[in-house]
Amino acid sequence: MSDVILEMRNITKVFPGVKALDNVSFSVRQGEIHALVGENGAGKSTLMKVLSGVYPYGTYDGEIYFMGEECRFRDITESEKVGLVIIHQELALIPFLSIAENLFLGNEQAHRGVIDWNKSISKTKDLLEKVGLQESPNTLITDLGVGKQQLVEIAKALAKEVKLLILDEPTASLSESDSEKLLQLLIQFKEQGISSILISHKLSEVSKVADSITILRDGATVETIDCHKDVLTEDRIIRGMVGRDITHRFPPRESNIGEVIFEVRDWNVYHPLHKDRKVSSNINLTIRSGEVVGIAGLVGAGRTELAMSIFGRAYGTEISGKAYKHGQEIDISSIDKAIDKGIAYATEDRKAYGLILIEEIKNNITLANLKAISDGGIVNEPKEITVTSEYRDSLNIKCSSILQLALNLSGGNQQKVVLSKWLFANPEILILDEPTRGIDVGAKYEIYTIINRLAGEGKGIILISSELPEILGVCDRIYVMSEGRIVGEVPAKEASQEIIMKQIMTQKEVMEL
Amino acid sequence: MKTLATLFRNNVREYGMLIALIAIMFFFQYQTGGILMRPINITNLVLQNSYIIVMALGMLLIIVSGWIDLSVGSVAAFIGAIAAVLMVKFGFHWSVTMVIALVVGALVGVWQGYWVAYVKIPAFIVTLAGMLIFRGLTLLILQGEAVGPFPVEFQRLSTGFIPDYFNYPGFHVTTILIGLLLSGFLIFLDVRSRKNQQKYGFEVTPFYFFVIKNVFITFAIMWLCYLMASYKGLPNVLIVLFLLITGYAFITSQTVIGRRIYAMGGNEKAARLSGVNTPRLLFATFVNMGVLAALAGLIITARLNTATPKAGVGFELDVIAACFIGGASASGGVGKVIGAVVGAFLIGVMNNGMSILGIGIDWQQAIKGFVLLMAVFFDVYNKNKGG
Repeated sequence: MSDVILEMRNITKVFPGVKALDNVSFSVRQGEIHALVGENGAGKSTLMKVLSGVYPYGTYDGEIYFMGEECRFRDITESEKVGLVIIHQELALIPFLSIAENLFLGNEQAHRGVIDWNKSISKTKDLLEKVGLQESPNTLITDLGVGKQQLVEIAKALAKEVKLLILDEPTASLSESDSEKLLQLLIQFKEQGISSILISHKLSEVSKVADSITILRDGATVETIDCHKDVLTEDRIIRGMVGRDITHRFPPRESNIGEVIFEVRDWNVYHPLHKDRKVSSNINLTIRSGEVVGIAGLVGAGRTELAMSIFGRAYGTEISGKAYKHGQEIDISSIDKAIDKGIAYATEDRKAYGLILIEEIKNNITLANLKAISDGGIVNEPKEITVTSEYRDSLNIKCSSILQLALNLSGGNQQKVVLSKWLFANPEILILDEPTRGIDVGAKYEIYTIINRLAGEGKGIILISSELPEILGVCDRIYVMSEGRIVGEVPAKEASQEIIMKQIMTQKEVMEL
Repeated sequence: MKTLATLFRNNVREYGMLIALIAIMFFFQYQTGGILMRPINITNLVLQNSYIIVMALGMLLIIVSGWIDLSVGSVAAFIGAIAAVLMVKFGFHWSVTMVIALVVGALVGVWQGYWVAYVKIPAFIVTLAGMLIFRGLTLLILQGEAVGPFPVEFQRLSTGFIPDYFNYPGFHVTTILIGLLLSGFLIFLDVRSRKNQQKYGFEVTPFYFFVIKNVFITFAIMWLCYLMASYKGLPNVLIVLFLLITGYAFITSQTVIGRRIYAMGGNEKAARLSGVNTPRLLFATFVNMGVLAALAGLIITARLNTATPKAGVGFELDVIAACFIGGASASGGVGKVIGAVVGAFLIGVMNNGMSILGIGIDWQQAIKGFVLLMAVFFDVYNKNKGG
């Protein structure tokens, strides 16, 4: 067995209300490709952020040893200095600078503050050759495709004399041939003694290149598989990723499902910036009254984009397709029209899109339906106070007063304010996008109870969630999305995490061939 | 039971600037040997600052929306020039001229609002361009000369006083009556809102504080009215100002549109996803600014009795400073009408007091700049301490 280059011991990282990592130990050997797999929110990214110093020493418990020495990184430059380089899913290149300028950003080949361009360019040429990219060092990043940009990122890591390369979902947005090229590069690096940590959802590529696989679940290590000794099947990985017991995490509900109330047919949406990229294609959805419909899928499957495009075209361009309510075609081409027609969308990012943080709880709750508390454009404040107090009580928002600023609430209570806002708008169809993200278990239970109550009142609910147990525990019917398409539809009774995961994974592979 | 100290600490942003204003007034009153508070000077103070306040009302909405308007000084001059040329060269009736001027002001707002709200060019750039464009057009319209004088009726907008129905020699009784009515009305409103708050179980200020506050406000109003009554009474422009301030205070705090402006400035994306048509709303705040800048332009022109190419130079800075001194936040979503008014008076009193003391324009500017910085620092400091 070769030497261990990295060892992380008993790492625990706590966010307010959530234990993201619980006593995780993880080690990488010299010259191996070590894959890190797990569901969204299992703690993969958090672990890598601890490793690279994004979360500085002191904000987590545990120890990190790199090449035999204990590391206490205060920021990312310190971890890069010892040869640990992380390449994030969202590439961190400056679009209007050239390849050479990007490669040496923060590491400029300069003499007394004056950049030596000849040296920069010639070094860039060497590095580009190593990663197999045939481009001029003066090409602007914006003129390169995503695959080539990824290679520039890797060249940048090489420029920093990397010893351990961490790639977070590197092939998520790459084509099959670009992915293949990238994986070959990793194997090549391995021979040169550069180890890599590969975070990926694509199990096929993981089983192809990895020497070891560590599975994370709910912030804890499930197992580490040695690919050269152990028997490796995708089923084993999937079971490891999702297998947990589900008991009493979800309040029970009697489903009382009625007529179809909302329907979307042949819905197509294009990316607002990359106009040739389709983010939703040929989507057909139906929701019945009293039904909770889940949309499962990995991050980046296009669920949020679909939901927002339906909600008054809040996302995307060149949207085509038809929407029907109670069998009648409806016009939902702007957000106020959509709200008028009884559609509500509670965002996944409540701080950026859901709340006016610097305003009072009261003002946040009434914002989407000011009509109901005003006469002739003048706000009836007594009425507003009565209404918002009712929501505070019925949703159990813990606050000192409804005049408290939204800023000062905990995540779960902020989420309840967002929900109150949409309940007050009195929708028939409520789209909840990751409603329990980043909130603690108790508040999650309360949110599920609210969902059940709304379904009981005959509303149609769409639940977008990356947590499969949540989808299985709350929904009546589940759509599975992958790469902007609906790739499967299963009644919740017949569904299991394995079935859904398999649908996502096989679909990914089919489309990549 | 809250003590006065904690009460003050919690409302330091609201009362802080008012206290600063009063302190500065006392300071200049003492330094100028009593000239500052003379009836004639108080009246002048109001006349000199009326257009700053008018524009500060519009500017506040723009700043609360999260933007800025650098063009208001030029727009005011541009409108003044149009009004002057219409009346003097084309012989338009003053009332028709005023209507045209306000409409042109609205069109200026349409122009700038279109670029900011729909084309999404940052307001700083659009209005910087506007500052140059409208200054240039002013020069063009006036052909580089001062144009005037105007009919007396037009001048009355700025230099006239309300009539007195009692004819008591040397004292303007109507002014005192208006003061009494206003004080009574404000006390009525405050009592009503306090009762409402109690009804819904909100914490209210201690009763003695409530009494002190109302006595103080009544005293301030009556004293101001007394001073004015012993000169020529209430200036017309003060009535206009009063109506505008009340109107805008009401719009910002009590109406749907006011709510939406604050929501848009607080978090544009969240407001949009809550069904607020944010581009249209932003557009409307710029149109509103255009109209108010036009009104300010009319007031300046009427006061000087000529339209000059240099009118309103640098006013945008006083107007913006007034809003920030009054507690508006440069990142949007925060700011009160009454704060902007207090800020405008603070600048006005400093301008006036320093001029009486014979302080040169050089030091005046430096001191004003320093006060602006300190006022905002005070805000930031309090926010950090609170949060």
